[in-house]
Amino acid sequence: MSRLAVRNAWSAFMICVAAACAGIAALLLAIIVLYVLSKGAGALRPTFFTQIPRPVGIPGGGVANAILGSAEIIALASIAAVPIGTAAGVYLALFGRGRVAASVRFLSDVLTGVPSIAIGVFAYALVVLPARQFSAVSASVALGIIMLPIIVRTTEEAVRLVPHTIREGALALGIPAWKATLLVTVPVARPGITTGVLLAIARVAGESAPLLFTAFGNPQWSVGLTHPIAALPLVIFQYAISPYKDWQQTAWGGALVLIALVFALNLAARVALRSRFAR
Amino acid sequence: MKQELRTDRLSAFYGAHCAIRDITMTFRPKSITALIGPSGCGKSTLLRCLNRMHEVIANTTVKGQVMLDGSNVYDSGIDTTSLRRRVGMVFQRPNPFPTMSISDNVLAGVRLAGDVSDRSTLAEIAERSLRRAALWDEVKDILNRPGTSLSGGQQQRLCIARALAIEPEVLLMDEPASSLDPISTMKIEDLMREIKTDFTIIIVTHNMQQAARVSDFTGFMLAGEAAPGELIEFDESSKIFTTPQDKRTEDYITGRFG
Ligand SMILES: Nc1ncnc2c1ncn2[C@@H]1O[C@H](COP(=O)(O)OP(=O)(O)OP(=O)(O)O)[C@@H](O)[C@H]1O
Ligand SMILES: [Mg+2]
Repeated sequence: MSRLAVRNAWSAFMICVAAACAGIAALLLAIIVLYVLSKGAGALRPTFFTQIPRPVGIPGGGVANAILGSAEIIALASIAAVPIGTAAGVYLALFGRGRVAASVRFLSDVLTGVPSIAIGVFAYALVVLPARQFSAVSASVALGIIMLPIIVRTTEEAVRLVPHTIREGALALGIPAWKATLLVTVPVARPGITTGVLLAIARVAGESAPLLFTAFGNPQWSVGLTHPIAALPLVIFQYAISPYKDWQQTAWGGALVLIALVFALNLAARVALRSRFAR
Repeated sequence: MKQELRTDRLSAFYGAHCAIRDITMTFRPKSITALIGPSGCGKSTLLRCLNRMHEVIANTTVKGQVMLDGSNVYDSGIDTTSLRRRVGMVFQRPNPFPTMSISDNVLAGVRLAGDVSDRSTLAEIAERSLRRAALWDEVKDILNRPGTSLSGGQQQRLCIARALAIEPEVLLMDEPASSLDPISTMKIEDLMREIKTDFTIIIVTHNMQQAARVSDFTGFMLAGEAAPGELIEFDESSKIFTTPQDKRTEDYITGRFG
């Protein structure tokens, strides 16, 4: 065989290997989704979304309190993490030259790698211990800390991609620097920033470890910030390891809801990114 | 207002690297001054020093003076935003704001830098600026489309309209026609002749014919191997292009180097 033929054969072989790997990855995902769907779809009665859990053996009941609790914790975490994270990202991208910026960048990279359970312990020491109480707010602190570095780095990347000639054009019109940043540069980067925020939310939506000793879980309706609160991942954990059939099914249902949520967030992130050059 | 702009022993640096040295020249109000010279001789740098856009780049410094109506624009009391409203700029490559419509682009300056918010006034300013930039007829029905949806030549005229909308006294143009076809180029040249009754225009160009065609005065700049750019000769364009005093100017405009 000539060299070229050998190369072409090798190339074709490697393409097959790569395609097979991609196929395996996609297949695994499909199996997980289908399995959860088959196990959990039965749990998704209307009461699943409107009622709180009932005692074992009593039919009906749902995880409405956990869905609401998760929404509350995530919303609260976002309210804190999104403004801080995007502001830090814009700062790093536009003015981040000195040593302070380098350390912020390094710290947020380290923070990305810290296991989420360690961040949970941190929030426990920071909020739960002084207050002597598990609380929604402590869970939001933990999730917010996890979201922060993701938002910072994606925002920085998105703003960095905006050509500096755009900003110069604004400055040359006599537009003050802060307005040029907020009203000209950041809007151009907004699709990328939105994507980062949505991915950060998707990331923490499924976190259970940091909630174990912060939100703690709550079988009742509870929305108080300073009280233990139910959360979807916690309910899934508790119910899945319970010996009761109907609780286990509820856990599958919860898992299905979570997967759907993460899927929706990822989809939204893609749509946001695609609208980059549309108005 | 006299709108007199002049530089006095102006030098500009990127870090330790000196890009232009001791440039002293006076730009005649309500006329067109062309800056010519080989690539890298510091034309853009000089232009950007005039409205203090040079300092937007990190680690840059300026020595000497730029006098606008008798006061040094580098005085500590000078506000760069109001200076840049008086000394507008059009860049070499069109840079419309991507998230803004055509009319928002034109009005960006008056909205964000000034404080005009009255709808009918804004509409008037947009139309007047676009007419002046010879773009109105092409875009009057699509004012809400994104500025980036226009062709390159239209985008450049949009950027000119954007700069005109804030009614500067001086307009700096850095090779405004370098990426344009001959027809767009001609439109921009006509436009410059038309608006020079109101503005002082300084244009950087690599196109000798263009400089000769549109400018009243021409400055020739040159940088040595490692030496910073300097102003070699500065005179009425008719003299520069017919009877240059300096051998290097003659060599350059006759195409013997650069
Ligand atoms: N951002 C920068 N950082 C460092 N040096 C720069 C920068 N911009 C320009 N210079 C240097 O300054 C000198 C003058 O550059 P300038 O862009 O003013 O030249 P020019 O005459 O406009 O050239 P051209 O005709 O190619 O646009 C060059 O030696 C260049 O290397
Ligand atoms: Mg240049």
